[in-house]
Amino acid sequence: MRRTFVKTLVATAVVAAFAGVAYAQQGQPVKIGLLATLEGPFAAGGADGMRGAELAIKQKNGMAGGRKIVLIKASSDAKPDVAVNATRKLVEQDKVDIMVGPLSGGEGIAVKEYSKTQPNITFINGSSGAQATTLVNPSQNFFRFNTEGAQWMVGLGKAALDRGYKRVMVIAEDYAFPYSQVQGFMSEYCRLGGKVPVKAWVPLGGKDYSSVIARIPKDVDALVVVLGGADAVNFLNQYEAAGGDKPLVGGSITVSQDILNYKGKRRDSLVGTIAGAPIADAYDAPEFKTFVADYQKSYPVSAGGYPSPSLFALVYYINMKAALDGLDLVKGDLSDGQKKYQAALQRMTLKTPVGDVKLDANRQAIGTTFITEVVKDKQGNLFNKVLRKVDGIDQMLGQPKEQFKMGTRDEPSCP
Amino acid sequence: MSAANWRNAMNSGAGRAAMRSAGGGTLVAGNRGLTPISAGWNFGGIFASVRPRHIVVLAFLLAYPWFATPFFTFQIGAQSLALGLIALSLTFLGGYGGMVSLAQMTVAGIAGYGVAIFGAASAVDAAISLGWPWWVAVLISIAIATLCATFIGWLSVRTEGIYTIMITLAVGVAFYYLCLQNYSVFNGFQGFQRVQAPTVLGVNLRDPLPFYYLVLFWSLAGYFLVKYLLRAPFGIALQGIRDNPRRMNALGFNVTAHRVAAYAVAGVMAAVAGVLLVWYNGLIGPGSVGTSWIINILIIAVLGGMRHPIGAFIGAIVFVLLQTFAIDVFDRERFNLVIGVVFLVIVLFSPDGLLGWWSGIKSKFPTRGGVR
Repeated sequence: MRRTFVKTLVATAVVAAFAGVAYAQQGQPVKIGLLATLEGPFAAGGADGMRGAELAIKQKNGMAGGRKIVLIKASSDAKPDVAVNATRKLVEQDKVDIMVGPLSGGEGIAVKEYSKTQPNITFINGSSGAQATTLVNPSQNFFRFNTEGAQWMVGLGKAALDRGYKRVMVIAEDYAFPYSQVQGFMSEYCRLGGKVPVKAWVPLGGKDYSSVIARIPKDVDALVVVLGGADAVNFLNQYEAAGGDKPLVGGSITVSQDILNYKGKRRDSLVGTIAGAPIADAYDAPEFKTFVADYQKSYPVSAGGYPSPSLFALVYYINMKAALDGLDLVKGDLSDGQKKYQAALQRMTLKTPVGDVKLDANRQAIGTTFITEVVKDKQGNLFNKVLRKVDGIDQMLGQPKEQFKMGTRDEPSCP
Repeated sequence: MSAANWRNAMNSGAGRAAMRSAGGGTLVAGNRGLTPISAGWNFGGIFASVRPRHIVVLAFLLAYPWFATPFFTFQIGAQSLALGLIALSLTFLGGYGGMVSLAQMTVAGIAGYGVAIFGAASAVDAAISLGWPWWVAVLISIAIATLCATFIGWLSVRTEGIYTIMITLAVGVAFYYLCLQNYSVFNGFQGFQRVQAPTVLGVNLRDPLPFYYLVLFWSLAGYFLVKYLLRAPFGIALQGIRDNPRRMNALGFNVTAHRVAAYAVAGVMAAVAGVLLVWYNGLIGPGSVGTSWIINILIIAVLGGMRHPIGAFIGAIVFVLLQTFAIDVFDRERFNLVIGVVFLVIVLFSPDGLLGWWSGIKSKFPTRGGVR
């Protein structure tokens, strides 16, 4: 057995060596690696992210900058070490020219660190949204054309105050993404005079919220709930059972379509909940409508697609589109360690379904956020109406660079 | 196995007291009780058993990075060896001590976290790492991890079979949740990034070539340590305890002490591998010590076969190759099916793992010595 395995190894190594032989530049296809989570907790989101990225390629008929696009996919399970292994395989073994991915925050930071060891390859984010990816030790060749968790909540603080919510309690999951979401909300809310007397950090995947509900002070005007998926549903049910009646302010993944469709009496009381997000199903700009129509045509529900593209599909679409538009700008020229290509990405203004995106000095997107409100349509279905569109949000959330601090459990604070 | 060898083994170390107090009659009984393993004592000296295939494998391992791409050297070679070393610690405990411990990844994780906490690492928005010199951090981490392994052993040796699995699994899951929910020391969900191998004497151990040789060195060290221990009185007593703890106890061996010592030895190996693995990944977080990795180590050990120390490394190579390349040979969204089916086929057709096939092939041809 040992000899057989040795032979297999040698054979694999030889094949790999030949497969990796360099090819001529022009006229040859461009290899793009695509990494998303097809396993683990975000498997459904990862699959939709891949749909979004493929849609961007399909819209260009598989060509960019006069060169054919070859897509090589890889999967992770939302763990950073798995993401780096998959990325390393795409870059060093499959020899991709451009890398698009990964999906979740911790993975993004890890892949960004890896990108520093491969300066001649261009890394473009998938949908990972950790603030630190581009704020702490940024990498010269890691680009992020999507806005992140804190940027998605800008404008919500003002909207809450406009509704007369002067004191709120925050209930959020205890990891990086909710930290930045809460920061995005609070930095504006506190500056404009709002107060947050209590912040409750609950574990991801928690089942019992009774202790949190018991801690809700009588004198707060609303609850800021930054919970995702099953956590949000569990919380809403238990809050209803406990007789809670405070209005809600939602995070970017709290009042998404899957939660609006859940059954329960409390459902109607969701009407009027405001939230901030980079995508709004009911946004009526023609570019967005085209994007949704293209998505629905390419991935009908019968073929596993969603009725309307998810956040992951949109964000992967935006980042893949950036990769292809960049190739168009340099006419497919990836020579000289992709310097021209990377400079073009840095300079370009990307047209996306939700407005124009530009990059800052850390190669992080400056883009648009929607403030939405849950309303009921004539059939009794709940959906998110666009209240306001906030353009040109940068990663500093409009604050001077010296004053800016990344969101943590205790930062910002205004009790 | 000759009677003289047996007596030698008994006369050195722990056996001596047993001989004195128990007398000859018990020895005969003990010998009869141990017959199942006596077939496996055909080792001879370390160098007497060197065969051409050993030299071929060693030469291949040494020459490997010179013809493999850096990717194959680092991701396939180094990763397999590091995972193999953790699995080896499980093979040692499970195959020779009869204790299947699922906490070996936890011990490795404790060492990895230690390197990140005592040494230099980035924790994004918290300053936790103490930034001590790397060798201090590594030595302390291995010491702490070994202590923890000893403690886990002490906790679980009084149980048998499935209860050992349960208690060690509980320890592993508890450590996972501790890492996940503690922010002051383990930095919670995010863990630590930028845990990098140091530069020693101008050699950057982060580079694929030096790192491969570093991992190879420690893997070989672990392999030969296990090979040596299995022939030493301690290892022989351990195998005796595996086969009949009550009889060994009656012979005067301290069963609990032997088992705890086995956990400690396995702990050192897992700890060293944990340091190597954290350097390989460059990061550590709760996901690195979660249930999926706890189970993966068991899969690696079973896949290769627990009847010989080399099985752990063969299992690791197959595991890593599958994890890396299964996605190329099958539908991208269903590649886990390939991994599952291969594991199933191996375990189904050869309960002894890949080594079972090897001995199956070998038994068809006359060889010197036993199958083992």
